[in-house]
Amino acid sequence: MTRTKDNQYIALARAMDRLSVTDYIQALFTDFFEQHGDRLCREDPSILGGIARFHGMPVTVIGTRKGKNLRERIRFNFGMPNPEGYRKARRLMKQAEKFQRPIITFIDTPGAYPGIEAEARGQGEAIAKNMMKMSQLKVPIITVITGEGNSGGALGLAVADWVVMLSHSVFSVLSPEGFASILWKDASRSTEACELMKLTANDLYEAGVIDGIIEEPAGGAQANPEQMYALLDQALAYYLEELSQKPINDLLEERYEKFRKIGFALE
Amino acid sequence: MDFDRELRNHQMADGDLELSICPKCNAQFAKKELADRQHVCPNCGYHYRIGAYDRLRIILDADSFEELDETLHSTDPLDFPGYREKLNQMRKKTGLDDAVVMAVGTIKNIPVVVVVLDSRFSMGSMGVVVGEKITRAVEYADEQKLPLLIFSASGGARMQEGIFSLMQMAKTSSALARFSGHRGFFISILTDPTMGGVTASFASLGDIILAEPGALIGFAGARVIEQTIGQSLPEGFQRAEYLEEHGFIDAIVPRPQLRDTLAQLLLLHQPKQEAVYDSNEG
Ligand SMILES: [Zn+2]
Repeated sequence: MTRTKDNQYIALARAMDRLSVTDYIQALFTDFFEQHGDRLCREDPSILGGIARFHGMPVTVIGTRKGKNLRERIRFNFGMPNPEGYRKARRLMKQAEKFQRPIITFIDTPGAYPGIEAEARGQGEAIAKNMMKMSQLKVPIITVITGEGNSGGALGLAVADWVVMLSHSVFSVLSPEGFASILWKDASRSTEACELMKLTANDLYEAGVIDGIIEEPAGGAQANPEQMYALLDQALAYYLEELSQKPINDLLEERYEKFRKIGFALE
Repeated sequence: MDFDRELRNHQMADGDLELSICPKCNAQFAKKELADRQHVCPNCGYHYRIGAYDRLRIILDADSFEELDETLHSTDPLDFPGYREKLNQMRKKTGLDDAVVMAVGTIKNIPVVVVVLDSRFSMGSMGVVVGEKITRAVEYADEQKLPLLIFSASGGARMQEGIFSLMQMAKTSSALARFSGHRGFFISILTDPTMGGVTASFASLGDIILAEPGALIGFAGARVIEQTIGQSLPEGFQRAEYLEEHGFIDAIVPRPQLRDTLAQLLLLHQPKQEAVYDSNEG
């Protein structure tokens, strides 16, 4: 039973019409100004970022995007960022800190792009630097996992004070196919992998890996977008308010401790 | 320290008078001779992968090191089928409890905190124990105001620990951010192989990043890249020399010179005075 269930999550999370960062920006934010480029090499359209208002307050919004048709999917590289995307995100986050804007990131990615240029330009370094920087940023950070959150490619935008998953999204060390391929040299065993990986919102909340779950409408977020927007709007407003009231040193200490205690080893 | 474990490790590494065939040039040497040459091929300079204790023996002053938290071991957090048995087998084979050794010791009398990943144990993959020991080492170096050296040798994430493995990337990177903010000095040494989540976290965050010649270093594995792009990879791709050319490491240092280079760097970073330092790089 669990097997089919976890597999259904994957199907819902990966649906072509899954709501994307573009939808959420349009529905929940006003005055969005998109910022392009990492100022070093190029613009990476797999990651969308810019400044907007949320309930009137300026915030920085960043999200990975896959695209909703083949043309978009190709243009956005199926949601697999290159190092330039992570570096653009870091540039925007540092600017958010300078101007005291909270940061909201939306995650939906199969992972960072495995390509020759991505390696030549330091994919690993780009992700590592993002996590290092995010852990110290002196503004509240919220991460919403809206679809798939796979590997370091997702975590590189998810070192946040409040990490929340939509109830049908998934978050894992690798895609179930990649997992099965590495572990058993057989990508077709992905269903079995799903079952073992603990990648659903409920599993991850229980394990203390994420801080909250937003229940999706029946049939998934895409089945009833208006209801999804209302639920997310309410949750973001509540947690942004709560995080914004914390003294910055407490916020940084709690952020550190949260990630510090994930994973327990026996002495 | 655990002398039995040390002894087992030593026997493992040095073998007897067995022959070793260099995987690069096919020349044959007695294992003993290779060990005397720090496991570098006398014919072609190929750097063999070495275990954590061999590494410590090469780098640290004789008898200077004390191992910390050596019994830390995995809880099997996903209750993953067959994982406990696999861990037990690897423990028997290597004498290690997991893929990492953490120690304090000296290099030419300069005290350091050292972490070494061991590729003989689950290809040095990072699960909770590796992430936890690295984080403890960073925090210890921070408290004691000591320089930190991490020798990476890892295929990436420990699949059997799933999401908990992934989260070690955030944990170690956060600890290094604090250490860096307190002016802590961190040398990251990339050895063969340094891949995946290890490259995408602590290994890429050194103030100085060194690599051994020929070491494979990257984020995505060659097979995954080839499958994705449908073409074969260029010669020398993801080797230390390629990384240096692309601007991601400070220097490639052959193993016989590594100890001297580390000592030189440590001396260049001996603290002069306390001062407030605002970490705003990156
Ligand atoms: Zn050779």
